[in-house]
Amino acid sequence: MDTFLAQFLAGLATGGIYASLALALVMIHQATRLVNFAQGELAMFSTYIAWSLVQAGIPYWVAFGLTLLISFAAGIAIDRLLLRPVRGSPALPMVVVFIGLLVILNSVAGWIYTYTVRPFPSPFPSEPLFGQHYISSHDLGAIGVTLAMLAAIYAFFRFTPLGLAMRAAAQNPESARLVGIRVGWMRALGWGLACAIGAAAGMMVAPIVFLDPNMMSGVLLYAFAAALIGGIDDPFGAVFGGFFVGVLENLLGAYVIGQELKLTVALVVIVAVLVVKPSGLFGRTLARRV
Amino acid sequence: MSEPQLLRVEGLHAGYGATQVLHGVDFEVAPRSVTALLGANGAGKTTTLRAVCGMVKTRGTIEFAGRRIDGCATEDIARLGIAHVPDGRGTFVDLTTEENLRLGGITRGGKRALAGDLERMYGYFPRLEERRTQQAGTLSGGEQQMLAIARGLMLRPRLLLLDEPSFGLAPKVVAGIFEILRAINRDEGVAILLVEQNAAMALELADHAYLVETGRIAMRGEAARLRNDEAVRRSYLGY
Amino acid sequence: MAAGNLPRSRIAPRKWAALTALFAALCVAPFLLSNFSVFQLTLVLAYAIVLLGLNMLTGYNGQISLGHGAFYAIGAYVAAILMDHYGVPYWLTLPAAAAVCLVAGFLFGLPALRLEGPYLALATFALAVALPQLLKHKALQPWTGGVEGITLVKPDAPFGLPLNADRWLYFFSLAVAIGMFFLGRNLLRGRIGRAMVAIRDNPIAAEAMGIDIALYKSLTFGVSAMFTGVGGALGAIAVQFVAPDSFNVFLSIAFLVGVVVGGLATVQGAVYGALFIQFVPNIADRISKAAPWAIYGIMVILFMYLAPGGVASFIHRISERWRRRT
Repeated sequence: MDTFLAQFLAGLATGGIYASLALALVMIHQATRLVNFAQGELAMFSTYIAWSLVQAGIPYWVAFGLTLLISFAAGIAIDRLLLRPVRGSPALPMVVVFIGLLVILNSVAGWIYTYTVRPFPSPFPSEPLFGQHYISSHDLGAIGVTLAMLAAIYAFFRFTPLGLAMRAAAQNPESARLVGIRVGWMRALGWGLACAIGAAAGMMVAPIVFLDPNMMSGVLLYAFAAALIGGIDDPFGAVFGGFFVGVLENLLGAYVIGQELKLTVALVVIVAVLVVKPSGLFGRTLARRV
Repeated sequence: MSEPQLLRVEGLHAGYGATQVLHGVDFEVAPRSVTALLGANGAGKTTTLRAVCGMVKTRGTIEFAGRRIDGCATEDIARLGIAHVPDGRGTFVDLTTEENLRLGGITRGGKRALAGDLERMYGYFPRLEERRTQQAGTLSGGEQQMLAIARGLMLRPRLLLLDEPSFGLAPKVVAGIFEILRAINRDEGVAILLVEQNAAMALELADHAYLVETGRIAMRGEAARLRNDEAVRRSYLGY
Repeated sequence: MAAGNLPRSRIAPRKWAALTALFAALCVAPFLLSNFSVFQLTLVLAYAIVLLGLNMLTGYNGQISLGHGAFYAIGAYVAAILMDHYGVPYWLTLPAAAAVCLVAGFLFGLPALRLEGPYLALATFALAVALPQLLKHKALQPWTGGVEGITLVKPDAPFGLPLNADRWLYFFSLAVAIGMFFLGRNLLRGRIGRAMVAIRDNPIAAEAMGIDIALYKSLTFGVSAMFTGVGGALGAIAVQFVAPDSFNVFLSIAFLVGVVVGGLATVQGAVYGALFIQFVPNIADRISKAAPWAIYGIMVILFMYLAPGGVASFIHRISERWRRRT
């Protein structure tokens, strides 16, 4: 029972990270109908930037905040500069552009930082809180940071005029233009937010999996699985899906299939959801226009 | 010395890709007036409204309050004071009624002014106030039409473009809406450009009217005159 | 999306001349080059077969695959296991790899039927990411050799022909490649090719015209996988080694890059793409270990924006201009 609880809580911690990345994926998909294959590498690159800042002597939480800002700006830049020209293209060019971006980010990170695996600092104490042995302080902290971030995002979209404008632009761009909303900029903001969220996810997962240019490929897969489970256009579903996948991964890994097949499980989940119920547990079935 | 026209359209050509729909349309909307665009299905009435809002590619001159707006982006045209209530209502179906209204005024700052405008809209359309937290997609057709009009008015526009407001609605509901439109035009001085297949109701409300046939203006004049015109009565009014 | 046309029914005499000259050059080349260069050319041939297969699926049929490295791996492992565990002669492993991959591709194509564009890309992406871990699994270890993989021995020339192993394998691969290209070209030229393109361009209209979309899409997947598997088997024999980490997601990405750069929906694009993915890393490696991938990424984005028809369409345009001048 002891280990079960520990596994469950550890699953919640990684689940929070998956939830954040899944939320980033859903935000971009909602606004643009695009599957952002590069989301993992973007998060990875942001984490390296954070690492560089910390190495330069900047205190952790300042580096954290700076990285969020830089990632936010980078996301806006990517949308305005890279994606605007191919907007409205059919599927293949868009997929190819995202893959290209993935590959460039991965290799530039390898170029600048080499492929050596490095430790990444955690802002949380190394001893578990209150001397219990169910959950490490970092895991607990990661859950806290994730929840705080998700709550902030929720509040932003629900209660602020800008959040409302972004929601409107994503759901119905034509009507949004009719009320004067600059839809292109709303999309760019969505990208900025998604990249900032991804950066936070990367910084929370790096102490666990260690920092190297390939650290996010597995995480990205889980995030895709989570986003699909919740319904690729449903932010709440994405968050639920993330925690669900995290716990499931941990429990399956500990009790059923061992640690070596976890990615295969993610693959099976992805294919199963896409084929059986593409709209996810919470999503609406999308009709296809003839 | 008469006031300059609020909206002046000259030599407007517009279409969708290879299909040209408008072949040189000229018309004007005077400030604070109600102007009707009549015509059969496919004549180009909706395309005209979309052209004014920059939603289709155009050739020709479109002038709003003396300034050229052809070629401008839709959102910029909206910010200049033209509110377009599209055919199909264009409701944000996943958002609540009140969120839809707030979106109408989103480009205007000032929380207190917005709150005041919301109250005014609820005054015109009490049914919307009853349903303010309800998801907009679950409103009835008539309620969605009211919502769309109210959303347009939240912009505090000088010109309101209405595309087939009577579509799919029971006559009593349509009559009610047209009453409110009359009140809005009279009390707030908002000019209205109304596209309607229901010629009879449109001519009741309008001061001026234009008849659109296959992408051109076939007839123009005061609404009263068109109402009594033989040809119009036979083709569009049914008697 | 710009795409090549289906192969024309008859090859113009001018083209026959060019192809014959090319063939002659390909036969002479191994005697003029070092063994290592011959080995590299052999890999180019293997990749060309792979890219022809991928092009069928993605270029002609419009199904985006980010997971063809998996079928390459299956072909490679089939060859390796048969040779290493069962002593099967190398040339027999190719039809075996072809058969296994045809079935595997068809089976994967069935659930993939319902997936469009980016979602199919996502499913195949997941396959590519998950595969190395699966290959390393304990249960499969007695077959796959786990992390260390399987080492193979290069076959000698048969009948005591005076060719060293590298040259022999090169000619063998050349023969296989020519055979596969003719097979591919005939497939694309006929009803199957037209059905593929119709499904890509307007699936609803295609279905209305009576094309069984489910059958053709799954078949295309299977055939595409089959070509890739044959290429994988050849590649395994040439490299003399298979291991799980050689078949990671970046291999699949390299294939997609090759197809885009070479020229989508063209037969010759497979060759240009194969040359690209074999030789660009070699040149770029000297700058930095990470550089090849940066170049892949930049090139693929540039091509997608500026030259969506790939090298094939570029060369086509130049040869047209030349022809008009003379």
